Amino acid sequence: MTPTESPPTLSEYRQREQSIAPVENLIERSGGETSEELLTLNFGPHHPATHGVLRLLVTLQGEVVRDLKPIIGYVHTGIEKTAEDKAYWKVIPIVERMDYLSYYFNAMAYCGAVETLAEVQVPKRAQYLRVIHLELNRIASHLIWLGTSVLDLGATSIFLYCLRERELILDLFEMSSGARMHTRYFQVGGVIEDIPTGFAAKLREFLKIMPKRADEYGAILNANEIVLQRLRGTCPLDAQTLLSLGVTGPLLRAAGNPWDLRKATPYSSYDDFAFKIPVGTVGDNYDRYAVRLAEIYESVKIIEQALDGLPEGPYITEDRKVALPPRHELATSMEALIHHFKLVTEGFRVPPGEVYNPIESPRGELACYVRSDGSSKPARVHMRDPSFVNLQALSHMTRGSYIADLIATTAMLDPILGGIDR
Amino acid sequence: MEVKREPIRRREGSSLSAGTVPVDAELLRVRRLNAPQLLRGGDLQGPNQPAHLEGTELERYVEERMLTTTLDKAVAWARSNSFFPLGFGLACCAMEQFHTAGARMDIARFGFEAFRASPRQADLIILAGRVSIKMAPIIRRLYDQMLEPKWAISMGACCSSMGVFNNYALVPADKFMPIDVHVPGCPPRPEALMHGILKLRKLVQDDPDMGWRERYGAVGTEERPEDA
Amino acid sequence: MPDATGLELLARELGDAAIETVYFRERATIVVDPARIRAVLQTLRGKGYAFMASLHGVDHYPEEPRLGVIYELLDMSAVDRIAVKVRVPLEAPRVESVTADWPTADHQEREVYDMFGVVFEGHPDLRRILMPEDYEGHPQRRDFPIGGEPVIFTRDEAKWLEARE
Repeated sequence: MTPTESPPTLSEYRQREQSIAPVENLIERSGGETSEELLTLNFGPHHPATHGVLRLLVTLQGEVVRDLKPIIGYVHTGIEKTAEDKAYWKVIPIVERMDYLSYYFNAMAYCGAVETLAEVQVPKRAQYLRVIHLELNRIASHLIWLGTSVLDLGATSIFLYCLRERELILDLFEMSSGARMHTRYFQVGGVIEDIPTGFAAKLREFLKIMPKRADEYGAILNANEIVLQRLRGTCPLDAQTLLSLGVTGPLLRAAGNPWDLRKATPYSSYDDFAFKIPVGTVGDNYDRYAVRLAEIYESVKIIEQALDGLPEGPYITEDRKVALPPRHELATSMEALIHHFKLVTEGFRVPPGEVYNPIESPRGELACYVRSDGSSKPARVHMRDPSFVNLQALSHMTRGSYIADLIATTAMLDPILGGIDR
Repeated sequence: MEVKREPIRRREGSSLSAGTVPVDAELLRVRRLNAPQLLRGGDLQGPNQPAHLEGTELERYVEERMLTTTLDKAVAWARSNSFFPLGFGLACCAMEQFHTAGARMDIARFGFEAFRASPRQADLIILAGRVSIKMAPIIRRLYDQMLEPKWAISMGACCSSMGVFNNYALVPADKFMPIDVHVPGCPPRPEALMHGILKLRKLVQDDPDMGWRERYGAVGTEERPEDA
Repeated sequence: MPDATGLELLARELGDAAIETVYFRERATIVVDPARIRAVLQTLRGKGYAFMASLHGVDHYPEEPRLGVIYELLDMSAVDRIAVKVRVPLEAPRVESVTADWPTADHQEREVYDMFGVVFEGHPDLRRILMPEDYEGHPQRRDFPIGGEPVIFTRDEAKWLEARE
């Protein structure tokens, strides 16, 4: 096709694009007779582009998505039911495996709820350690999101770069708790163990590297023609619709609403740290990508401040009714022995009541609702998962766009099926 | 195993630069034939040793050795070194599966980095994550769509047994499909998954690991009903 | 959260739709008559609680009425949260669906239906969402067995083989 008389700055590809008529005009031009055939396509649970086992029933008119129905439940694990069967302490590893990329956040929401119910104070050092691990987990979650999303768009090397950074973070987790994922590091009342020597030094090294690496990702992706074509202007959704759909997190911030629970209702000493909230303007896929990339820098800042200001003190509450006594006390103190025995066999009892504890996870508002009936096992544990609620926005976002945009939007939505299905 | 390094014997009058030195071909042939005996710590000087065979006897000796390395073994070697895993991650174990494919624990060094999207092109399905009752028939259908020969690795505690969650919603993978290797862990480290895949490779090469009892000389420690 | 006085004033405004108020650990909950939940939520929306953060179910077994549905509302400008609760008995587990006013309730009401059996009247598409479509039973109810596989030890092997025949 010959280029039209457009300003010489537009590339030939873009000029050709402008001359292709949108679908609505085609139907009009064919005299209003719609020879449309709606095709229902099944993006089955096994598909290279769905993040986890998400099934989408897509109604297509040609290549344009007219409607979309997500079908979930393929990783339903009965986490909430299993949690009713276990003592409060033992629920922590169960609940961690829900939103499997942000395991510290799951544990934080649950521990915060139980701490509110049992009126347990968390010492300052434990709060700072919690913040450090939460923000490290936020970076790790965003790295996997970035790697898998641009893998869907075709950029395979970014995936390997992101995994390289994530290995550094998982090394830090392994240093502090012994496991890379699902670490059981957060306990009711604090953290299970203090950080070892060498952790701070390794963390500082990581904090020096991470912004530079994030700059590299930005340099590759921000002005990349393919990324711009696929993400800029595709599938925008305004903040009002998002709010009515219950969407929070980077999706809402990309649309312009700066709602972040770390700033609005600070928990675990977040108000001690100075950080900004990246906010987008249009709410299209590019803004969602940019907001998450910017959040990585902010998280690095928070960790630096937390590490610099890390206070001395206990790493778990001194309340022996809730937290295990240190092992050296068991040799000398009878009460410590009895407490240890009671905690390990039966677990601690929590006064009856109901609490809903929301925190800000990498995907939005993650909340834990705990109902206790006075015994040592919770009567109901419900995790309000952000991906579960955000998924309802997918059909609104992709109405009227192409299949390729659907793939990009699913990637930018950052759904974690473990959280959706629980 | 001690490796003896001997300088390559050179013919008189040749230059000393490596690479252009004409090596004694006969010496190399003798060494190649003696190598199995050397490795097994055998005797090189006996009457049936190939070093002393010449001419047609030597040719017959070599032919026999070639035939015992049958086509099956060669094919098994080829298959085991080029698994095409099906890109199939269910839950948390999928994150560790990504790390196995990442740069630190590189699955590509073994040749297994070609994750295929379609089950018809894959021969190894790595069930990474928990299998819920809604997903089980779909996995079975995927497994049926794969072409023979095919293998299955059950990665993680949730699909090998019920894992952390022993409840109504999960099903262990053994109940609906044959699994070759179970990798325990929650989630298993990338090294653990790699160990499992290499165990599968040994199995395919017809040299399966008989288990820890043989390794530790612990035969006789099995729990039997009559002993209870 | 509105403090205790604010909560009482709010409850008085709702009139006889509000059955009970609970102020616990600085969190406010209003228990409401199930027949009037939609109107109550609209009133609260008028007061500023325009964001529905969560809709989830509880089983209060053995207290009656057994099944509860909790609506968590959030006021973003005043940074205020309030929970609205309805309780329905097992024999008549019907609550009016609020999906028309709050589109976020769509999947969440389906989940409560799936897990507890509460039927939301007026919901556009009330089907099971997490369990398979033809599953029987509502797993999250407290009298539903947890299920799972029994752990088989080799010392019990004879018993299992016997039971199979």
